[in-house]
Parts: sequence; structure tokens; C-alpha cells
Amino acid sequence: MKRKIPLLITFLVGVIIIISEFIPHKPFGQISGELEKWYLIIAGFAIILGQLSLFKVNLFKIRHRQKNWQFFILTLLSFILMVSIGIFWGTENHPGIFGNGETISNTIGTKPFDYLFDNVYQNLQATMFSLLAFFIASAAYRAFIARTLESSLLLVAAILVMLGNTSLGSALTGWLPESLKFLHLPRISEFIMKYPTTAGQRAIMIGAAFGIIGSSLRIILGIERSYLGGK
Amino acid sequence: MKKTILMLFLFSASLLFSQDIFFEAVDNPNDDGCAIQLRWDASNISSTKMNIERKDDGGEASLVQKVDKAEGEYMDGEDIKPSIEYVYCFSAWDENDQLIEKVESVVFAKAQWFNSEKISLLILALIITAAILFFIYSAKSGKELYIRKIAGLESIDESVGRATEMGRPILFIPGILDLDDMQTIAGLTILGKVAHKAAEYDAEIIVPVCRSMVLSTAKEVVKEAYLKAGRPDAYNPDSVFYLTDDQFGYVAGVDGIIMREKPAANFLMGAFYAESLILAETGFASGAIQTAGTAMPSQLPFFVVACDYTLIGEELFAASAYLSKEPNQLGSLKGQDLGKALFVILLAIGIVLEISGVHFLKDFLTVY
Repeated sequence: MKRKIPLLITFLVGVIIIISEFIPHKPFGQISGELEKWYLIIAGFAIILGQLSLFKVNLFKIRHRQKNWQFFILTLLSFILMVSIGIFWGTENHPGIFGNGETISNTIGTKPFDYLFDNVYQNLQATMFSLLAFFIASAAYRAFIARTLESSLLLVAAILVMLGNTSLGSALTGWLPESLKFLHLPRISEFIMKYPTTAGQRAIMIGAAFGIIGSSLRIILGIERSYLGGK
Repeated sequence: MKKTILMLFLFSASLLFSQDIFFEAVDNPNDDGCAIQLRWDASNISSTKMNIERKDDGGEASLVQKVDKAEGEYMDGEDIKPSIEYVYCFSAWDENDQLIEKVESVVFAKAQWFNSEKISLLILALIITAAILFFIYSAKSGKELYIRKIAGLESIDESVGRATEMGRPILFIPGILDLDDMQTIAGLTILGKVAHKAAEYDAEIIVPVCRSMVLSTAKEVVKEAYLKAGRPDAYNPDSVFYLTDDQFGYVAGVDGIIMREKPAANFLMGAFYAESLILAETGFASGAIQTAGTAMPSQLPFFVVACDYTLIGEELFAASAYLSKEPNQLGSLKGQDLGKALFVILLAIGIVLEISGVHFLKDFLTVY
């Protein structure tokens, strides 16, 4: 019974959603949107579970003085600080339980929550994102070593695309006569991005779409049950 | 009688041709009866002000739209209910504010029981579904099916075994999207298999998640896997934990775990965006054996470069069936292959037809 009820719900909801794609008449046309609202409500409650998990795991590490336990204190303090000031003085357009905190806002120029969001959180986020540039360089260095025919082709294609996207590419091939314009590096770069790359990406997307159809059918029909934790 | 009909016809025709404004209100097709299409052509008159009004079921007229183009169309979807009579009036005034002409059109919005624009989608969906179901049931009846080897999935045993030998944990990341994304569900099904192996080999597994809904599901999946492996005592509820919903906050947290815990095997299975390379490169730097899988075409090159094994697109969704080795699950993979073959044939025919200037197939398959 513990397994059968979730399987039955999955089957019914899956079939209704598929039907609603083809029937605009009420109630089918609205079902998909309504179920999305249900999902959002459940997800809203699930946030509490996430926060409890965050607290539990971090407190455990602090209590048992695990390696680098000081970092976990900082995590919890940051969490408590952001939640508290958000509740007390609100965010940009919403007042908190103590109002809008005009005195603090006049001093720091904005609400405390927004101040921390703009000056701490956004900068930390940008820092993490900027690491990507260095990782791309290191990954590209490994990928562009010409060991086999495939990796050599990759290297050549990458050089053409990179040069074609810079002013150097235009300068190198800008002198070519009109009849040889197809060898102009920006054009070659555009060609590679527009045709072979797009074709490859679409092939992956078509394959993935079939994978999604297959997985969905397995789940709807109850053949695939591992998402319920069982066989 | 014939004379009367002829007179009526001539009278209607004269009325029709005497109008300088063309205006019609028609039901918007293939919807739930909540929209009306309005079309007009007032290019025969010189007007400075035009507008469209609506009378609801004999009630007061209300302005629908001020018209600034002599010819055009507009979709009225505000407070339209099915099976109610709506009277639309198109009025045009001259520069002296004198009414030039007023044209009325009566319409009922109808809710349709079938969206005829999606007929091609329905036919394709039925063919693919039938193919998948056929192969599932033929596999159930004992027919042997050949499925090609997927290196990334074959390596799970190797990765878990390596982690066990080295006495280091296994890190599993089920993507950064929520449970409403199929890639996350596919990732969680693989998590079940990896956790089962980890329980069998007595290896530690760490699953940091970035969505609360994924947290509760992942906990259940890992717990059930340990139960199934006969090791409920080895299950640690804190092995699956929530970090943050924020993309780069999550990356920072996971990178920290990779550098501190130095997992021997990393699994990145699900939906990833810009964080994919940051995670994979950090894992590479830590020396872990890495298996990734995603259906995000823009992130796949990063995984191919930085990971030892990569499940590309459909392979991620095939993982559960492949690992379970159950005939009915493997059958669905064969059905998918047939769907792909059909798609290739349709694409080839479509290319030939389009080059020949025949647009029938493209028009039939296009869903607006």
C-alpha cells in the first residue's frame, strides 16, 4: 500500500498532464498551471526542511569540533544575520516587523538587508563566477593538446573560432580579395558556430528529448520506481 | 420564393459593399474559450480616431482598444468567458469628431475539446509511446535485447571500489535544479544505484543538495538503497544535506567539501549551468575519478574535458534502465531508439522536401 498509492498518484497525474497538453477545454487546460501552484506550495514548506538540515549539519560539525569548525560558525552566523535583519526591517519594497528602519537606512543609504545583499552577497557571488575564467583556461589547455586526430581537429576549430571572434582574426584575413571572402576568419568562425556546432547540439537535444519521453513513460507506468527509493 | 431569396441576397450584398470598414470578431481557435480575435481594415476611409468597444451579454459598452493603424488585428483576452454573446463595435471618427462609420460584429467564444494545431505532436507522441510500450512488453516476454555499453555507467563499480580502497568518501551532486526537472530525477535514480554500491562496499557517501525538495527525496533514495543492501545500520542521515539554493553559494560549498574531504570519486549527475566547470575542475585538481552526466548541451564540453567519464544527453536518462538490467526497463531504451530512427527519417525527408520547395511536412509538424 505504501508503494501503490504514490504509484497510482504518479500514474493519474502523469496521464492528466499529457491529456491537458491536447485539450484546452476546462478543466484540463488549467490543470497543468494548478499543479505547478501546488508544487510551489509544497516547495515553500520544503524550504523549512532545508534550513533545518543546514542547522543540524553545521551544529553537529561545530559541536564535534570537526576540521575547520570555525567556518561552520560563520555560516550559521551569516544565516541568522540575514534572516533577522530581513524580518526586522524588511527588504527593498517590503517593511519588516520594526518597519522600514529609517534611522539605519539614512546612515548606510539603504535598508540593512539590501546593503548586505548588494555589498557582500553580490560580490561573493561575482568572485565565485570569476573563477570560471581561470578554470576555462586550465581545461582548455588540457583539451587542446594535439594527441589524436580528433583532438587535433578540436584544436584547429578552437583556434579558428577564437581568432574569428577577435579583431586580430579580421586583421589577419581582411586583405583577402572578394572572391576569397569565405576564408575570412570571422566568417569561418561564424560558419563553425552556426552549422557544425548547432547540428551537434541539436542532436544531443533530440536524443535527450527521447530520453525524457522514455524516462517519463517508465515513471508514469510504474516500471521505474527508484525515485521512490525502491526497485 | 426564389425572387425573395434573390432580393435578400442583393440587399445583403449591397449592405456589405456599402461598408467602407471591414471588421470581424471571431472566436480564437484551439483555446479554452477565453479569447476573441479582432480584425479590421479601415484603409478606405480617412479617420483621425478609431476604437473598438465591447458589450458583454447586453451590458454597458467598454473600450477594448484604441486603434492607431488602419489595418490590423488584436486578441482580446480580458474577462472573456466561453458561450457568452459579445458584441464588438468598431467606430471611426473624422477630424471634426463626426462619426464616419460604426461596424458591429457578434461573437461567441467557444472552448475546444481538442487543439487541432497539435495533431502532429499527438501522432508522433502516440507512435513513440507505442514503440516504447511494444519493446517493453516484448522484452517482458523474454526477447533478448542488445544495449550498447555505456562506459560512464560501467565505471560506477570502479569508482566506488576506488573510494573504498582509498578510504575516502564518494561525492554525489544531483545538479542544481529542482525536482520538476527530469535531469534531477534521472540523477536521483543513479544516486540510488551508487548509494547501493557504497552500502555494499561500506564506503561513505556525501550528497550536498541545493534544493529542499531534492533533499527530502535524496534522503529517501539513499536510505532505501542502504536498506536494500542489507546495511540500514550504516546509513547516516546527515550524509545527505542541504547547502543553499544559490548557484554560486552552492559551488563554493561543494568546492570546500571537495578540497577538505578529498573524495576519491565524484558523480555530477543532473542539470548544471555555469558552475559545471568550476565543480569539475576542482574535482580534477583534487585527483578524484569523476563521472558526469547532463542533458545541457552547453555544459557537456566542460564535463568532457574535466571528467573521466561523461554521460551525454540521453545516456543520463538511460542510466537507470541500464543499471537495473531489468528487461522491461531495457525495452524502453529500444523504443527510444526506434523513435530516434523515425526522427532521422523525418528529418531527411523534410530536408529533401524543403529543398524541392514543398513545405507540407514543415507546416504539418510546426506547432504554434
